[in-house]
Amino acid sequence: MTSRRIGLVAWHVFKESVRDRVLYGIGAFAVLLVAASILIGQITAGQDIKIIKDLGLATIELAGVLMSVFIGVGLVAREIERKSVFALLAKPLPRWEFIAGKYLGLVLTIVVNIAAMTAAFYLVLAWMAWTSPENIRLSWTVPAVDPRILVMMLLIMVELALLTAVALFFSTFSSSALWSVVFTVGVFVVGLASADLRNFGAIVDVDPLVASLVAAIGWVVPDFSATSAVKTDVVHGLPIATGYVTATLAYAALYAGTLVAAAVAVFARREFK
Amino acid sequence: MATALLADGLIKEFQIGFWRRRPTRALDGLTLEVPMGGVFGLLGPNGAGKSTTLKILLHLLRPTAGRAEVLGRPPGDVGARRRLGFLPEHPTFYDHLTAVELLTYFAGLFGYAGAERARRVQEALDRVGLAEARSRAMRGYSKGMVQRVGLAQALINDPELVILDEPMSGLDPLGRREVREIILGLREAGRTVVFSSHVLSDAEMLCSRAAIVSHGRVVASGTLTDLTRGEGRGAEVVVTGLDRAAADRLAVRMTRVTEIAPGRFSITAPASVAPETLVAELVAAGASLVSVTPLRVTLEDVFVARVAGAAEGGGQAAEERPS
Repeated sequence: MTSRRIGLVAWHVFKESVRDRVLYGIGAFAVLLVAASILIGQITAGQDIKIIKDLGLATIELAGVLMSVFIGVGLVAREIERKSVFALLAKPLPRWEFIAGKYLGLVLTIVVNIAAMTAAFYLVLAWMAWTSPENIRLSWTVPAVDPRILVMMLLIMVELALLTAVALFFSTFSSSALWSVVFTVGVFVVGLASADLRNFGAIVDVDPLVASLVAAIGWVVPDFSATSAVKTDVVHGLPIATGYVTATLAYAALYAGTLVAAAVAVFARREFK
Repeated sequence: MATALLADGLIKEFQIGFWRRRPTRALDGLTLEVPMGGVFGLLGPNGAGKSTTLKILLHLLRPTAGRAEVLGRPPGDVGARRRLGFLPEHPTFYDHLTAVELLTYFAGLFGYAGAERARRVQEALDRVGLAEARSRAMRGYSKGMVQRVGLAQALINDPELVILDEPMSGLDPLGRREVREIILGLREAGRTVVFSSHVLSDAEMLCSRAAIVSHGRVVASGTLTDLTRGEGRGAEVVVTGLDRAAADRLAVRMTRVTEIAPGRFSITAPASVAPETLVAELVAAGASLVSVTPLRVTLEDVFVARVAGAAEGGGQAAEERPS
């Protein structure tokens, strides 16, 4: 029964999310950026496939980040703001199941959207390979339709699942969706620089105490820089280290699990005035 | 008789203020027992503590002190929640969903599936008169329609206990009448309905029992008959053929004596004068009796007297109470 109720909440989140105008806005934005990447690619002969891959992957990642943040913070915060949570929590639905369902529902939404964008991206790449003159195609050092993109997409999905967990965590105790957005974006931006923060003492000549403090922040915040290294490998056709991918997946799963557990703990104590 | 809801010495303090947080007391030892069966009104002015009480009983708030039980179980007990329905004040749901989708979702949380779930959804929609709008997204619903969806979701599990927080709030006269009819239908079906309201006419029409809450405490409770008993306001007697001199003599002892037409008088007697004695006296004076109307104490009289009395005892605290 527990898994059934969690599944119901997750399916409801998915259904509501796919009808959300925010999602369509982000989708339109992604289409525009991919179209722009084709245009840019066409004016840089020889390098076009790398540029299209680079911009396409960045676009999909950015669209996913926007989805995670703007739909993710609304998951709980909006339910509280519009007080729909009152009727829901009066049902035989334990609070932890509500949080777990919300999280899984948005992860499902993101996975489906990333999968759709990936399919569209492959179509663009195939079209490029089909329409480009042979001399241009021969100049490419990487294949247009490269299965390694799937590895990158997997990492993006996992990164977004982690970011969704951050958004969910903040939305369980923040009193407004706006604050949740601010906190989540803040953690994401700091998380992108987490590797640099951990090595802050080596990069910048500062007081050791400050360096330790900054390094501690780098260790505590979720590491969102992991995918960028793989992205470079994919774009340039370099081999991807399996160990690195596995470690990144394990790290994200552990961190996201911890954040969802923390969100459950916070939400269990939450009062609704 | 089994107890539907129990609140025993509930105290709830909220911390208000950003820098210098200070406690304000929303409930001040509220004690209440609602038996199973009938319609129970939780009455009180705005900010009296009605919604806070209901939210504690539904586990949306935790009491600072005191004990609460719902259907004999602690608030938040999943088993008890299977047996109750709740309509929050000013309900809002999901704009992108239709009424059918919302009710299907909520029915699923009770474990209903397949044909059983579809039947319950249809019944709930029929019950609140929303069958025609069942497939429209709720963002296009009027306030009254949203309120009806709220009622439908509260009834989806055919609950033993239905808790309605200000169910008439924001509804037009027609909508209020429909909600009243739904509540009366639930009463006839043997369900227990608890609703909060500050509209006393609704309570008088619907309730078998009521409690008046003021400043976080129950200041009166019981059946409506109990609440209005023993505080009679006397009677109004209308007679003809009474002469002016006799009427003037009576005026000294009566609340009011009004000549409504030549020789026709309306005499309002205080509670201390038995109507039978007055009628006998008037007949003896040569008057003919037209009518005798006992002046009942209304719920409004009790409400005003009790709430005013409570305000004199704790007005300062009330001003600081969050609504």
